[in-house]
Amino acid sequence: MFSAFRTLMGRDLLLAMRRRSDLFTTLFFFVIVVSLFPLGIGPEMNTLRLIAPGVFWVAALLASMLALERLFAVDYEDGALEQMLLAPQPLFVLVLAKVTAHWLVTGLPLVLMAPLLGLQYDLSSEALGVMVLSLLLGTPALSLIGAIGAALTLGLRGGGVLVSLLVLPLYIPVLIFGSGAVEATASGLGGQGHISMLGAILVLSLLLAPLAASAALRISVE
Amino acid sequence: MLEVAGLACIRGDRKLFSDLSFRLEAGELLHLHGHNGSGKTTLMRTVCGLMKESDGEIRWNGESIHRLGEDFTRDVVYIGHKNGIKDDLTGVENLRVCSALDGNPITERQAWDALERMGLMGHEDLPSRVLSQGQKRRVALARLLVNKSRLWVLDEPFTALDVAAVDFLQSIIRDHINSGGMVILTTHQEVRITREQVKELQLGWKEVGHV
Repeated sequence: MFSAFRTLMGRDLLLAMRRRSDLFTTLFFFVIVVSLFPLGIGPEMNTLRLIAPGVFWVAALLASMLALERLFAVDYEDGALEQMLLAPQPLFVLVLAKVTAHWLVTGLPLVLMAPLLGLQYDLSSEALGVMVLSLLLGTPALSLIGAIGAALTLGLRGGGVLVSLLVLPLYIPVLIFGSGAVEATASGLGGQGHISMLGAILVLSLLLAPLAASAALRISVE
Repeated sequence: MLEVAGLACIRGDRKLFSDLSFRLEAGELLHLHGHNGSGKTTLMRTVCGLMKESDGEIRWNGESIHRLGEDFTRDVVYIGHKNGIKDDLTGVENLRVCSALDGNPITERQAWDALERMGLMGHEDLPSRVLSQGQKRRVALARLLVNKSRLWVLDEPFTALDVAAVDFLQSIIRDHINSGGMVILTTHQEVRITREQVKELQLGWKEVGHV
């Protein structure tokens, strides 16, 4: 079971390395969207500090969604997904392996890039730290929740738009607690509660999302 | 032993087949016949468990395949129209990943040997993207050489293969049958195996001369 997890995750990471152009699109999207606001608003430090948490989190949300489409679609087209369903392994483990690889490739770079981008918004070092922590807890949850939507819309025409309609509402709690944590820290209230909630959301989605996505994949392949 | 009882399949509003029953014992091959759209692929995917049957039951060694779950999928290898190989991976990598997921990891050496036997000598470490259709098919079929599953479900395995590869595949299938394996396959070619081991099943029916 663990070797299957490792094999599939390794395969997806290897595939991502061989297609590096796909790898950077999500990251650049995030960087550009976040950088557009200071350019548009101008050097109003107070305004920028105020909007920073929201901008970062909305950008992370959209970037994560942008990458969702590719999560299962390629496997579906070349038949590797059928073989996954027929492999004598628990399907949720395989789904978890794919989502983990997907997050390492599309989510983790955003987390690492966030502190650098935060400088444009004049965020305090404390707020930046909480921003990274909240993204570190929040983006895996986004990938996990998104996997359900990606699995459900597999093979549908116009699946990309449908994914956003399905998944964005489910992202709202992550958005609220993620940007809430940074705001609370910046205003001196302390974001501990928000961070705990994000952790709880991550644990819950780790438990439930792979199962739900597995069920959705079985329906989609039929 | 595979047992299909009273199987029915409905795709959309169309009933493809109903009340279909057959048994497949160790060392037997089931050759599915039928015109295009008669439900051959649907039947194979249903037998593998990829599709849910509308009615009836499929049993493996007397137990429903859905209840067996992984104990059944361990015994099955399905090669469909899609090869299921990754274009950006080499033949060796593809074969090793497939085998590991099948719960039967192989060494790099074994993968090279299998691909060489499959006639891909000199192409083992090229990305599958640059291979021809027939060569991609060979990579997918190389799984049969390293797999220990007892039931092979092969959907049109001979498409895109050249004469030599078809002969080789026929011999692999023959060996598998002779060693007590089971095969379900569709093909429009003659299967060269002794008659008593082959069962034929005709799906759908059209008058002679109709296209």
